[in-house]
Amino acid sequence: MGFHFSSLARIIQLLFGKKHARIGIYGAPNVGKTTLANRIAMDLAGEVVGTVSDVPHETRRAKTKKNLKIENGTSSLTIDIVDTPGIATKVDYMEFVRNYGIDEEEARRRAKEATEGVIEAIRWLDNVDGVLLVMDSTEDPFTQVNVTILGNLEARNLPVIIAANKIDMETSSPATIKSAFPQHPVVPISALTGHNMQALYSKMIEHFGKRKKRRWIK
Amino acid sequence: MKEGITVDLVSKDKLDELSSEERINYIIDEVRKGKILVLERGLTSSERVKLIQQTMEKIDHDTFIGIEIEGYPEEKRSFIHRIFGMVGKPRITVIGPAHLLKTIRRDDRVIETVIVPGRRDA
Ligand SMILES: Nc1nc2c(ncn2[C@@H]2O[C@H](COP(=O)(O)OP(=O)(O)OP(=O)(O)O)[C@@H](O)[C@H]2O)c(=O)[nH]1
Ligand SMILES: [Mg+2]
Repeated sequence: MGFHFSSLARIIQLLFGKKHARIGIYGAPNVGKTTLANRIAMDLAGEVVGTVSDVPHETRRAKTKKNLKIENGTSSLTIDIVDTPGIATKVDYMEFVRNYGIDEEEARRRAKEATEGVIEAIRWLDNVDGVLLVMDSTEDPFTQVNVTILGNLEARNLPVIIAANKIDMETSSPATIKSAFPQHPVVPISALTGHNMQALYSKMIEHFGKRKKRRWIK
Repeated sequence: MKEGITVDLVSKDKLDELSSEERINYIIDEVRKGKILVLERGLTSSERVKLIQQTMEKIDHDTFIGIEIEGYPEEKRSFIHRIFGMVGKPRITVIGPAHLLKTIRRDDRVIETVIVPGRRDA
């Protein structure tokens, strides 16, 4: 890809200083994207976005929650959040049957919808202004899914914040994520308990609120 | 039924002579046949996204449940590359059908994978 030009809408936004951004919540299945989306929507609007489950591929259609205002002292940012289906390179209905006791017919349907969900999540990349990339900090962050998503965001010059989730768990290691992706801001959080959400909101205002940065000048 | 599992070492020359789209189709077709491919030069992140998309379209839940892919991160982009928005060179990559190939362990020097026939008795 060559140079990336701002859209007219973005230029208008810049001129009039309107701070509104559509933020996609991305990541592998089960990392806590919907838990985070719910946490954000609950904090900012008292609403829920979607259902959470320990069964992977719970979210199979992207869901948007609009006009959420983040405020932090003097600065603020209004966002739409898009909770996307988890991105995977494989979907095995047998996993639902064996590991979660889902009956075969239901498992097949879930798997079919999950594959469509992955495609939908990828399509949404064309329509977001920034990304919260959620990772489970109890797991190895250096996966093809994470590396591929990050590579794409870099190529599109989209701002990204990595949310190192599940830090309430004893085995979590957000430091591993930081050292794996030192070029991106990493905010350790627990979407479940709400721990450190304020730091995430501040980072979001700072990172998603400013005009699109041209990385090569930095 | 053929015996054994085929592992193809695919040269950079072979990959370079294909267009981006052909490269992705070639990989999916081979992997769906049950082959494991070791690519001398991997895919760019935008190619990998297309590969994931196409994989999802082709999963049939019985004979093909998706892919396992592992490789080393793209080389760091130089300042000049970044100026022109160019992506780093993709490096050696292994791709196989998810019902056969499984990653055991990886660090920045060694990627250990195992081929397990009949992992999924479909
Ligand atoms: N301990 C802990 N568990 C969490 C946290 N966030 C999410 N979980 C759990 O992780 C599981 C998956 O959460 P979801 O929010 O459904 O994950 P998701 O990323 O939306 O998953 P998909 O929609 O399937 O891609 C659920 O059991 C959650 O309760 C967290 O911060 N700490
Ligand atoms: Mg979800």
